[in-house]
Amino acid sequence: MAHVIVEELRKTYRIAEREPGVLGAWRGLLRRRHRVVQALAGISFTLQSGELLGFVGPNGAGKSTTIKVLAGILRPDGGRVSVDGRDPFADRKRHVARIGVVFGQRSQLWWDLPVGEGFDLLRDIYRVDPARYRRTRDELVALLNLGGLIGQPVRQLSLGQRMRAEIAAALLHEPELLFLDEPTLGLDAPSKLAVRDFVRRANRERGTTVLLTTHDMHDIEALAQRVLVIGHGRLLADTSVEALRAQVQAVAPQLAGRAAQAADEDETQREQMAIEEVITRFYALHGATEA
Amino acid sequence: MTANEVLRPYLAAFRARWLAMLQYRSAALAGFATQCWWGGIQVMVLAAFYAGGAGPASMPLHNAITYIWVAQGLLALLPWAGDPEVALAVRSGAVAYDRLRPLDAYALWYARSAGWIAARVLPRLALMAAFAALLLPLAGWPQWGWQPPASAAAGAAFVLSMLFGAALATALVMGLNIATTAALDARGINALATPLVIVLSGNLLPLALLPDAWQTALLLQPLAGLLDIPLRLYFGRIGAWALGLQLFWLVVLVALGRLALERCFQRLDVQGG
Repeated sequence: MAHVIVEELRKTYRIAEREPGVLGAWRGLLRRRHRVVQALAGISFTLQSGELLGFVGPNGAGKSTTIKVLAGILRPDGGRVSVDGRDPFADRKRHVARIGVVFGQRSQLWWDLPVGEGFDLLRDIYRVDPARYRRTRDELVALLNLGGLIGQPVRQLSLGQRMRAEIAAALLHEPELLFLDEPTLGLDAPSKLAVRDFVRRANRERGTTVLLTTHDMHDIEALAQRVLVIGHGRLLADTSVEALRAQVQAVAPQLAGRAAQAADEDETQREQMAIEEVITRFYALHGATEA
Repeated sequence: MTANEVLRPYLAAFRARWLAMLQYRSAALAGFATQCWWGGIQVMVLAAFYAGGAGPASMPLHNAITYIWVAQGLLALLPWAGDPEVALAVRSGAVAYDRLRPLDAYALWYARSAGWIAARVLPRLALMAAFAALLLPLAGWPQWGWQPPASAAAGAAFVLSMLFGAALATALVMGLNIATTAALDARGINALATPLVIVLSGNLLPLALLPDAWQTALLLQPLAGLLDIPLRLYFGRIGAWALGLQLFWLVVLVALGRLALERCFQRLDVQGG
């Protein structure tokens, strides 16, 4: 049976709107206007145990919304989600004990406390057996090179240090399924490589299923066997990176641009089309850029 | 699961908030200085009031003075505002991580808010006790100080009642937390809470000094359990049934809070990246 099943997933948000200026604010007092935005317009996919899935799409495409629904944080408006047979929202407590989540833009460690103390708190919050916790923690500290940071308060870490600590924090309870929402956001090259290397090892050596969203296409190229592309809340592709490249290049002559012509003329040039180029063309092909 | 295992995550949440709050030492010292000053003024005002022969028989002046020092020492116990960490988490979206904990959402926030309250109250209470119960009598002004309870039994009842009071205060803070989560902002609800709390808890004036016609209603409302009921027990002026009244409000407020929080999370959308 598949690990994760998503069928026809829908989610809408209500966005409050008002006209600009003082007059608009006054009108807003009397009558609120709302616009409904469809974040997910029927997405379906499945994920097998042990897979490493890359999830890409322009800003606002619905990637984070999908992750939040899968993590049990958001209630979907329609469709079905099942993780190991559990409904993430209805069965939240049991579900979240077995997943790990890193939101690149938020922090789950305690700002004022040293990293190690935050880890100890997570051990208690997830009720991890102390001996098992020590083993997992020491392993994560070694792999993510956190030895020197354990005693430092989280507020004094650099972004790269903090992100490595966040990833360790999400794995202390040894989840089977790991969601990484833009884990390489704003990181320098060595930190990005360290994160990539670690994610690859967690997936290959521990068999952790990983769902990764990113705007860094090199992350996807380096890690994902399979990539989902979404735009405007719809699934545009569910394929391998190579197949995506081939698909874009098949229609490349129709598109203007120097790289496209070069690719048409020269077979080796075609192979080297940068992954950013591939994905930008793919978004353009499907009209998937953000409104 | 043993009781220890069940409680472990919640104790950890309490401890985390407690540890993080203890670094604000200068805030505690500044608060203490203000409370001594304000308490001194209140004592003088009450002394003038009683000198005019207006004091009620149910509360002699030395009781009223003790009341004021205890009330000042427990100022941070009162539910003036929701837990700022919850307000921040709701605004920043970090509340998403709270939803990722395999724990009862109400109990997790309750434990955390209790840690926040305890870390602010206990140092200030200790300082106030040292000042009003030790320093003032040693300086030769025992009549202006915080005096011992009516009896050992009254003292024990006070301690128990204070524990209920602290649990009640946390349940009320939870109410403010939930309103903050529903409104996505803390300012409105906190502004509403302050005037109610200052009067109805007895912090401004002992409730016994308010008009006679209001006494029954004042005693039965939930905020009396924060300060006024414990102190009436301390003075030996109310029966142990008052503990039952505190417990009743605690159960009601926790039950309402759990329902409200559950509904709130059913429709909370954590938006953005």
